[in-house]
Formats: sequence, C-alpha cells, structure tokens
Amino acid sequence: MAKVLVVTSGKGGVGKTTTTAALGAALAQMGERVVVVDFDVGLRNLDLIMGAERRVVFDFINVAQGVAKLSQALIRDKRLENLWLLPASQTRDKDALTDEGVRSIIDDLRTRFDWVLCDSPAGIERGAMLAMRYADEAVIVTNPEVSSVRDSDRIIGMLDSKTVKAERGERVEKHVLITRYDPARAARGEMLSIDDILEILATPLLGIIPESQDVLRASNVGSPVTLNNAACAPACAYTDAARRLMGETVAMMVPTERKGLINRLLGRRAA
Amino acid sequence: MMDLRRLFGSRTASAPVARERLQILLAHERGLRGQPDLLGLLRSEILAVVSRHVVLDPDKVIVRMERGKTVSTLEVDIEVPNNFERSRAVAAT
Repeated sequence: MAKVLVVTSGKGGVGKTTTTAALGAALAQMGERVVVVDFDVGLRNLDLIMGAERRVVFDFINVAQGVAKLSQALIRDKRLENLWLLPASQTRDKDALTDEGVRSIIDDLRTRFDWVLCDSPAGIERGAMLAMRYADEAVIVTNPEVSSVRDSDRIIGMLDSKTVKAERGERVEKHVLITRYDPARAARGEMLSIDDILEILATPLLGIIPESQDVLRASNVGSPVTLNNAACAPACAYTDAARRLMGETVAMMVPTERKGLINRLLGRRAA
Repeated sequence: MMDLRRLFGSRTASAPVARERLQILLAHERGLRGQPDLLGLLRSEILAVVSRHVVLDPDKVIVRMERGKTVSTLEVDIEVPNNFERSRAVAAT
C-alpha cells in the first residue's frame, strides 16, 4: 500500500527540500520504490538538491494538463534505481496547479511507488495546501526557534482540518523532525530544547538532525545528504528517521559532529 | 558572583523565555482556530437585526475587538442615515 507523505513546515528555509531529498534517498536505499515530488511551483529546487536540474524536460503541470505523460516527466535518479523525481513547473501562474490535477497525479503515483514524498512550498497558500491535501502522513520540519515552532503549530492545525483524510474524519499521521539542532547551545539554555518543542507542539518526534556543514556540502554537489556522505551525523540522523517511517523502533539520539582537536583549540564551531 | 554566573551561562539562557512566549502565544492562537471569523459573523448578524428596523449601508457597520490584559472590549459602530425615522417607515412597509 503506497504512502503519501508531505514534508511541510509553514516557515521557509527550515530544511523541507533537504529533508525530502534525504528521506527519499534513505527510503530508496532500503529497497523502497520512492518518488519525490516538488510542489513549489515557480520556485522549484528539489531538482537542484537531487542533482537532476539538467535532466528536467516535463514537469508536474505538463502532466496535469495532459501535455506529457507521467512516465515522461518522472526522472530516475542516477545513483539509486528505485528513486525518482517529479519536478515542479517554473511557471509564474500559481493557479496552474489545480486540486483535480494534483489528485489524479497522486492517484497515479500511488499505483507505481511505495512512497510518494511531497515537498511543500513555504507558506499556507495554495501550493502548500495542495501538497498536504492527499497526504496520509506528514513530516513537520521545525527549527529550534520561536517563529518556526509557531508556524509548525499552525501547519499542524491545517493538517488536522484541511486534508482529505481530516475531512473524512480520519487522521493524518504527523511527525515532527527537528533540524539545525545544536545540542551544546540547547544544553546552555541558548536554544529551545527537544522537550520544549515536543511539549509545545504535542506531536511525536521523528528525528533530530544536527546543525552540520555536511548539509551545505551535499547541496553544493547536488546529492541528498544521506547519499553524499552516509557516515556523517545528519545522514545518520536522516537514515534513522527513515527507518522509523518504515515502522522500525530506533533509539532516539542526537548525533554529534566529531570535532577535531585543531578545531577545538581554535574554538571553531562545528556548525 | 555576577561574573561567575555569566561564565556559567545563566545570562545567555534565553530558551526559557522563548518557551514561555510560545506557550502564551499558541494558547491564544489555537483558541482562535475553528472559529476563524468571529468578527465577520457578528457583523453580519448585527447588520441583519438592525436592518429589520432601519435601512443601513452595510459598509457603515464596523465591529472591532480590542484585546486588553484583563478585559477585552467589543466595539460596534453603526452609522445610521439622518432621515432615519423615514427610512424606518420604508423598512416597515
């Protein structure tokens, strides 16, 4: 049974696209058939993070409007054969995305894949609403920072009221994923702690992704962080999160960067 | 003593402030959900009731909510035309 999972947050810049790519690759590495779908019409970036920006021919809206077949728009990952990308359109016409178009494409993707990961745009407008509309599960990406937590709370409210599942009286299974976490700063009381965030949002935790240089390094070269350097702290944290999505019980821990002696002496931040 | 506390970071412990601000804010915002447009509803119902007796310009009905620390006030401002008695007669017929 295919699962449709939306990666959302309300606030921009918290790591939705990074998370979609990393979780998609991690699930594919476990042998699942995965498609990552970019919903950010006009500002697509998942193709760039996945390293497929030069292979985009057709996009979501071409398929929705019948210009191209779904199989023509899907881009197969060059590293993982069971990982695919459906890019967003770069049109400036936000209304090009319709509820009916999204429904028919999601229905079709459900028959072809085990996981449909929808990368939501920021905000609470049409694109974000359509990205979550047909979701069975949601990953709410949150930074340990007041504005991000507030927006996550708002998005959680929408997942509970504006999705098809919610309208049917069912529940979208929600998980919070905390990104850019710095355990040292949290310990010093400079950053909201994991417990603070979970208590406020009252939603179960999927994982904790530490602040890390490896995330930028992976995006620079167009590779999901879980593929670029599977041993680095954020990749381990994303892989653990993907295993939890698969129903495994994985002990929750905060992976930390190994700080070299030289860096420590120079007082350089690991982030 | 102060310097020692600074050294151990009590000065930089801003997370408890963040937590408290969020808890207060979200308690308020969650309360508003599900009844998204209380003021709009009040406005249209007040307009309907008053219009039974007086002919009104719908744009001249203003409903405003002020939230204070201890008390909140609901302000209803309805502008009625000068020939209000006559318009009343019209409305009655």
